[in-house]
Amino acid sequence: MTVTQQAPAVEIQKVAARFRSKKRDVLALENVSMDVRPGEFVSIVGPSGCGKSTLLKLVSGLLKPSAGAVRLLGGPVGGPRKDVGYVFQRAALLEWRTARRNILLQAEMRGMPQKEAAARAAELIEMTGLQGFEDALPHELSGGMQQRVALCRALLHRPPVLLMDEPFGALDALTREQMNVELHRIWHETSTTVLLVTHSIAEAVYLGNRVVVMTPRPGTIAEVIDVELPRRRNYAATMSQPAFASATSHIRDLLGAATHRE
Amino acid sequence: MKGDLLIVVQTVTIRDRDRLGELAERSWRPFALLAACFGIWWALTEFEVVPRYLVPSPGATLQLIADKAGYITHHTLVTGYETVLGFVIAVVVGVAAAVLMVASAEVEKTLYPLLLFAQVVPKIAIAPLFVVWLGFGLTPRIVVAVLIAFFPVVISMVTGLKSVDPEMLQLASTMGASPAKTFVKIRFPASLPFLFSGLKVAVTLAVTGAVVGEFVGGNDGLGSIILQANGNLDTPMLFAGLLVMSLLGVVLFAAVEFAERLLLPWHASRRGDAVTVTY
Repeated sequence: MTVTQQAPAVEIQKVAARFRSKKRDVLALENVSMDVRPGEFVSIVGPSGCGKSTLLKLVSGLLKPSAGAVRLLGGPVGGPRKDVGYVFQRAALLEWRTARRNILLQAEMRGMPQKEAAARAAELIEMTGLQGFEDALPHELSGGMQQRVALCRALLHRPPVLLMDEPFGALDALTREQMNVELHRIWHETSTTVLLVTHSIAEAVYLGNRVVVMTPRPGTIAEVIDVELPRRRNYAATMSQPAFASATSHIRDLLGAATHRE
Repeated sequence: MKGDLLIVVQTVTIRDRDRLGELAERSWRPFALLAACFGIWWALTEFEVVPRYLVPSPGATLQLIADKAGYITHHTLVTGYETVLGFVIAVVVGVAAAVLMVASAEVEKTLYPLLLFAQVVPKIAIAPLFVVWLGFGLTPRIVVAVLIAFFPVVISMVTGLKSVDPEMLQLASTMGASPAKTFVKIRFPASLPFLFSGLKVAVTLAVTGAVVGEFVGGNDGLGSIILQANGNLDTPMLFAGLLVMSLLGVVLFAAVEFAERLLLPWHASRRGDAVTVTY
């Protein structure tokens, strides 16, 4: 606990999200409150359909909460925010653009200076190991490679907050581990605030400073777990730490309890 | 990573292979079928299964095309001009209408019933009206070509513009992209594969439109040749006209396909997907 409290990067205050269509009326989130400190990595886990993705969309302003308020970097979220980077489960790349030009889409849309954007793109390509594939079209890249391109695109404008919605959900186990290690390193190097939605408990604990466990629909926060691991983590070593094991088993219990409650 | 590299390398190898051989391999089947059709046609006339005055022999038809090359070329150019101009107008107006309809639900609600009405009215039935209104020149025929080619362009473009990945659009809004930029950089290019499948239908329909226009009024173009030949019971000329007309349609279709290949090398239906090479 630090004495000097920094203003939170993300403040979620008593938020509810209700989707209403002609046929159905779904309460996706109910009474969700949490703060995320600047530079913090928060993982969000929960059963399918508990509103995890909705939560990220509320933070970025892609959706409006039905009740409550969301503040990002000190200001209220009124509409889509430009000061975030977003990564979806699917890479969502433009088929007709090469890897590099997909990354640069971010710059073109924002009207960033070309030179600066090109230099930043080269830096990110280097950082994510995409060298040699800059001029490949998305269909020529593997799933892991595509997701790296999506990550570079999300980081191009150095966003203070990075929102990731099951970014590695479609990858095989080995590639996923590799991406976890890379994401951890990138987070460490850039000191970005990260909100990561995931289905993998191991991923959530390895990457997160805190893990938010959610209940089934309507999604509420079951518990927030502080991960008692050092800020800089080695993958293999972390896996065998007692703190890692206790956190994962605790989360597994919570999720089990949550799903069996009905 | 190694796997990725391998795929890229193999795609290049396939591209570099003997293109002519590849073309021959791809196109011998339709050519064989075409030859078989000509063979049957030839046999029917040669052995007088059907009388010559009803169906001329393929030799006589080709001979006629060669003899009257100048005459036929002139009328083909007329029909070609009407078709291409009608097609281009249909594309420009159709794409613009589609963009407006996707941009505003109000416009869509207003235009859609009208469009449908324009589509279900038989163009052949209203063609005479255009002649009355617009005279015997090229204009009524171009109008019929536009009307008949317009519908598939609008429908395919609307579908294309609406089929853009919603996550891509959400991403664009977190990039602070203006609607104009989103349209130019994401929506429009993403809708091109849909548009092109509509264009291929439209271009062949445009030929029909032009010919229907010629049937109704005027004295040039392939349509009027056929009508004249029909009146004179000149079956060789009738067949020659039909043959050239089909050829015109095929050539225009191929032109659209060529443009598609040029513009959309990235699309799944266009790219030569990597295959493993056996040694």
